[in-house]
Amino acid sequence: MQNYDFIIAGVGGQGTILVSDIMVEVGLKVGYDVKKSEVHGMSQRGGGVESHVRWGKKVYSPVVEKGKVDYLIGLEMLEAARWATYLKPESKVYVNQQKIFPPTVNTGEARYPEETEIEEQLSKRASSFEWIDAHERAKELGNQALAGVIMLGRLAKNFEIASEIWLEVIAELVPAKFTELNKQAFLVGRD
Amino acid sequence: MKKLLTGNEAFAYGAYLAGVKVAAAYPGTPSTEVIQNCAKYDTIYAEWSPNEKVALDVAIGAAYAGGRALCAMKHVGLNVAADSLFYSSFTGQKAGLVVVNADDPGMHSSQNEQDNRNYAKFAKLPMLEPADSEEAKQFILLAYEISEMFDTPVIVRTTTRLSHSRTIVDMDDSQRIVASTEKVEFERNPGKYHMVPGNARRRHTVVEEKIRKLAEYAETFAYNVIETGNYEIGIVTSGVAYQYAREVFPDATYLKLGMVYPLPKQLILDFAKRVKKVVIIEELDPFFEEYFKTLGIEIIGKDIFPIEGEFSPYLIRELASKAGLVSAPATEQPMNLELPIRPPMLCPGCAHRGIFYALKRLNVVVNGDIGCYALGGSPPLSTMHTSGCMGASIGVVHGVDKVGVKDRTVAVLGDSTFFHSGIHPLINVLYNKGVSTVIISDNRITAMTGHQNNPGSGKTLLGEPTEQIDLEKLVRGLGAQKVAVVNPYELDVMIKTLKEFMEYEEPSVIIARYPCVLHVKEKHPVPEVDLELCTNCGTCLKIGCPPLVKVENGVVIDALQCNGCGLCAKICPFDAIKKPGEQQ
Repeated sequence: MQNYDFIIAGVGGQGTILVSDIMVEVGLKVGYDVKKSEVHGMSQRGGGVESHVRWGKKVYSPVVEKGKVDYLIGLEMLEAARWATYLKPESKVYVNQQKIFPPTVNTGEARYPEETEIEEQLSKRASSFEWIDAHERAKELGNQALAGVIMLGRLAKNFEIASEIWLEVIAELVPAKFTELNKQAFLVGRD
Repeated sequence: MKKLLTGNEAFAYGAYLAGVKVAAAYPGTPSTEVIQNCAKYDTIYAEWSPNEKVALDVAIGAAYAGGRALCAMKHVGLNVAADSLFYSSFTGQKAGLVVVNADDPGMHSSQNEQDNRNYAKFAKLPMLEPADSEEAKQFILLAYEISEMFDTPVIVRTTTRLSHSRTIVDMDDSQRIVASTEKVEFERNPGKYHMVPGNARRRHTVVEEKIRKLAEYAETFAYNVIETGNYEIGIVTSGVAYQYAREVFPDATYLKLGMVYPLPKQLILDFAKRVKKVVIIEELDPFFEEYFKTLGIEIIGKDIFPIEGEFSPYLIRELASKAGLVSAPATEQPMNLELPIRPPMLCPGCAHRGIFYALKRLNVVVNGDIGCYALGGSPPLSTMHTSGCMGASIGVVHGVDKVGVKDRTVAVLGDSTFFHSGIHPLINVLYNKGVSTVIISDNRITAMTGHQNNPGSGKTLLGEPTEQIDLEKLVRGLGAQKVAVVNPYELDVMIKTLKEFMEYEEPSVIIARYPCVLHVKEKHPVPEVDLELCTNCGTCLKIGCPPLVKVENGVVIDALQCNGCGLCAKICPFDAIKKPGEQQ
């Protein structure tokens, strides 16, 4: 049984925690030992949110070690870039094409990096890098908050885990009235 | 059944299994969810007390009366409750009493770093430290056994990482201990529970005896274990640091300590004899290290690992490799792109913003406090000049004013913080002929820790309606003559009141009241910037409201983030920001 380490990075309100909650539950369902760690104390106040998820035969640390992440999922471009040093040559990186400006960029004091710069930093450290237009696709589905689950659908293509398992967990974790939309979002990402 | 629980959820599940009757706390990151989850079990009475000392007294009383009780707080909360912790060590109790205490290495959400293992030694109490959620559950059950076996409170230590990580827990309700249905009767035993010197002297002997017996018990405690690997390196560790160490030293021999105080002397000596090198991996203070050194054991510890900050597998690998204990991690490619930081900010629409904008305009020295409003100190508002601990603002401003500085000064603290520890220093200002102005930023809820009810919100932890403590009547009742309740969105009134109150040669209190917009989910139509009128002067950007974005020819408002409070429209000197439907 192989070990997999994931980092999901975003900004408060983007659904980072939901994505990582789905991932640990799926891991548990398919028989992995799983652990998850996140720091979210100030996320409601516009700070970044990071979630570490680990699947394996036996998992010790709840946090992923720098230089060892298998999959980096960025729900926001700048937040994804922050985790560049956690990548290894075998890593795969998926980044949602969405920018959320931090306050110093809003006031013109700091510069938000160009997409090409972020791509360069991440792709040179990993085996693959993909932009995902999850933000646009989520808007098409009528709710921006679905971007995270679209990203999850893309990630799921890497694993031989039946869609039914992912969808079952989504149904368990999402409020009933949003279940269908989230299932749709997952399939948008997956297909 | 296996379930994923956070450490805090697992503590609450353990409390449920242990048949806990009363649980009390004051919210504080990272321990808040312990009591919130206790409240989900209808067999546990759970409450928010106004501060940690009150919460611990409540739990002590319940345990005196024969009901298993639990109290939870963050590391600094135990500073507030320390007085009660020390007497409870002397009295013991009839039923089990457990204090869940969360340290915050790395200060994810705290004003300081402190290692509360020191409290166990200081107050002569046993302390357990789980390393994952399954142990969090089990250690609560064990803690109640120990508490009743040795007639002592037991501290269960956690850290932010353990409290907020999700790991697998075996959910087995058959373990549940059901409290006896016999009528509870208070056992009158003043010799044990009434701590006047004569009684306390006798109890001190009992306490010393207790801690000696606990040290013997620690030798065979099932969770002080040696996990055998190779004998080149022997790692001594506890809590989440054990998990990190396992990643870096997969083949070493381990002494994993589930009871971090008192320590098992003989077990430690045996372990040290078995391995060639002893390496102690502990976050924060050299607590184990100092004990090992008293036993004359040569160790590697804080000479290579830091006292400050949170550990991680990478940090341990990096430092251990420098000391030649493991091979070095792969060389890091340094980041050569500057990434702007994303600090937390006052939320869009937050009423605290009006207060700090007014204070900034008047160039006031602000003695602040612990809560969301501490973000008033972040740029561009940058209007908080001191903050230290819960309730400090009022005592500090009184001291500043007594020195007679010429600057205009105020104290700013929240409603929940005022109930926690602001009342006494306000009494002090009134009693000692102070002149300070105190601003209670009253958003009707304990917002920072995730919207917990408090004595001013009219609801209990369980959401039941209750007496709502009236802040205005309270401060008037204490004797404050100059009291005003203002809406901080009404900037003109806010500024006028501030100016007037700061001139008074007597104490004054401004209750700046507006409910937390996140909590009441308030949203108004989003204003628009008329770029024809906007002169790009930057005034609106000075309030630090996240939806205001500078563009080439002015400022635009991000409609998704904006909650429509209209503060920016009020301060725009060119009337360029309009509410929808307003006349141009």
